[in-house]
Amino acid sequence: MMPLLIRVLRDPGIVQGLDDAGWDLLLRQADAANLDACLLVLLEDAGLLDTVPAAPRAHLEWTRVGAAGHAQAARYEVRQIGRALDGLGLPLILLKGAAYAMAGLDAGRGRLFSDIDILVPKGRLPEVEAALMMHGWITTHHDAYDQRYYREWMHELPPMQHARRANSIDVHHAILPETAPVRPDPVKLRASARPIAGEPHLATLSPADMVLHSAVHLFFDGEFDKGLRDLVDLHRLLTQFGKEPGFWEALPARARELELGRPLFYALRYCPRLLGTVVPPAVQAAVAPEGPNAALLWLMDRLFGRALLPLHASCADAFSDAAHFALYVRGNWLRMPPLLLARHLFHKAFLSGKNDTQTA
Amino acid sequence: MLTVGSLSRAELTARLSGDGLVLRTGPFTNRIRSDVPPLIDSVALMYADYPVEPAGGFVDFHLELRRSGGLRRWYRSQVHFAYDGTTPFEPLPLAQAYPMLEWTMNWCVSHRAHGYLIIHAAVLEKHGRAIILPAPPGSGKSTLTAALLGHGWRLLSDEMTLVHLDDGVLVPLPRPVSLKNTSIDIIRAFRPDAVLSRPVEETTKGTIAHLKAPAGSIARAFEPARPACIVFPRWEAGAAIALDPLPKARAFMQVADNCFNYQVLGARGFTALGRLIDASDAYTFRYSSLPEAMALFERLAQGAA
Repeated sequence: MMPLLIRVLRDPGIVQGLDDAGWDLLLRQADAANLDACLLVLLEDAGLLDTVPAAPRAHLEWTRVGAAGHAQAARYEVRQIGRALDGLGLPLILLKGAAYAMAGLDAGRGRLFSDIDILVPKGRLPEVEAALMMHGWITTHHDAYDQRYYREWMHELPPMQHARRANSIDVHHAILPETAPVRPDPVKLRASARPIAGEPHLATLSPADMVLHSAVHLFFDGEFDKGLRDLVDLHRLLTQFGKEPGFWEALPARARELELGRPLFYALRYCPRLLGTVVPPAVQAAVAPEGPNAALLWLMDRLFGRALLPLHASCADAFSDAAHFALYVRGNWLRMPPLLLARHLFHKAFLSGKNDTQTA
Repeated sequence: MLTVGSLSRAELTARLSGDGLVLRTGPFTNRIRSDVPPLIDSVALMYADYPVEPAGGFVDFHLELRRSGGLRRWYRSQVHFAYDGTTPFEPLPLAQAYPMLEWTMNWCVSHRAHGYLIIHAAVLEKHGRAIILPAPPGSGKSTLTAALLGHGWRLLSDEMTLVHLDDGVLVPLPRPVSLKNTSIDIIRAFRPDAVLSRPVEETTKGTIAHLKAPAGSIARAFEPARPACIVFPRWEAGAAIALDPLPKARAFMQVADNCFNYQVLGARGFTALGRLIDASDAYTFRYSSLPEAMALFERLAQGAA
């Protein structure tokens, strides 16, 4: 049986049958999956909040307060970044959580994020970094190897943190590392970016590109501690954009153009399976050739089938740790060619400071 | 009502090492699991009067403190804290297991319970008047609190003042009072009746011992109190006792500086703090002698400072 949280995400009405122990489990799974504020939104939209017993209701209200404070801080931070980069003549293209929130998308409701991700042209990185430094953001990775790791091989600067407010910003010039075997062209991503209505200098990727970025972020990464949260992002993006004319028709072709057919295939496989996302059959047929062979798919179903569950003891089985480890190795494999990866892992294992928590 | 003290030692150990001991502290329930014997000893002593709730229902906070496995079990053993499977803190030496339980119980409240404005302050009540003592560490707040508890004051909290966001009342969270370094001997001398946990040395805060909360305060944990005064205490060797009024605006800013979640609460925090300041007289308080301080607090309780 699917974990309780996933059953509630698919059908919020079932909370009416929960006893105290059920509420305890639901809120713990939601907390572990970083989906507690999302659960609040879901129950509120379904008109079920008043049916929640007092103790879990109090937790949901605490979550509301925490999420509202978070959203306000995030909006403030985006404005500060906008001010810092004002004058560079660049649109501020927001990615992931910040984009969903600022654009007022369904995916941004009750969705917390710790970093603000932005996309800028690679050739403008020095100016952007300098402008952010002038406004109080400083680089966080001081180890020479880490600096080189980011600057030569990755698709982003080392994360920058504001000296006073301690908020982090990730400055990307692409959505996959320089060293990855597929390279979605950032020029195409930027060219399709759309301004956010009512926010003159802010932009998001196009709807299709937002979906593809979310998919590649989830399915090409090695860490699945927020796997279900990211799958919920995809579900909400697909459900909202799916109502726009032309979205579904264009999505498979855009995925091929950006070399992101495989992550889209996985997104359209696991969103319906876990969250009941409605995907038109013609779109499923169009992405079917992008999938792996049957043996690999069998394996990936078993790995993702575990890694996409809430990271909570109640959702784990004997193979959960092995699945997370296998996906961690795969995630690194998809970022770097083998020799470079071997060198990177050797360095992280034996040469980096043992107590260095800022592991790249 | 089932209390920790009514459980046999074997039953207490079985709960802590099994499905968990569900301990009620003020408005919260804490499910505690641990296999660390000194922690079990301290829980038995410090929490004897606290209600125990049945396992298997809804619980506010899920805490687990485990002894290290592997070689660490035998050499410089440590205690590891997990919040429902996540590990937000580094392990500590095994001897610090009980102080770690207290700190992590505080952390659960200060990081989650955003239905309250949470001030880093002790709060006590007498004759229906609650006095809030916000103070940075080292100001003698806990020493003063421990002394007042021997003079008929009710403990609402030694560490966290919970101001309800809806109605502005102070919600009790009576828990053991944390005494540090020289305060331990001062309180032993001042209150020979005090029940203290075994002192733990070399913590990041020095030597720590906890004073058991009065049974009467625990029994009245469901009874909120109205704020009357906010007093910023400061112990100073040889100082003459002095209670000086503090302008409201400054009191507001100083209390805001001592809040755990003022920023998180945004406008609601501002409103709650404003209402608290409006309802309270604020003072700075300097003292060197506990008996003099007791007498002055008695006048505050009578409403005549």
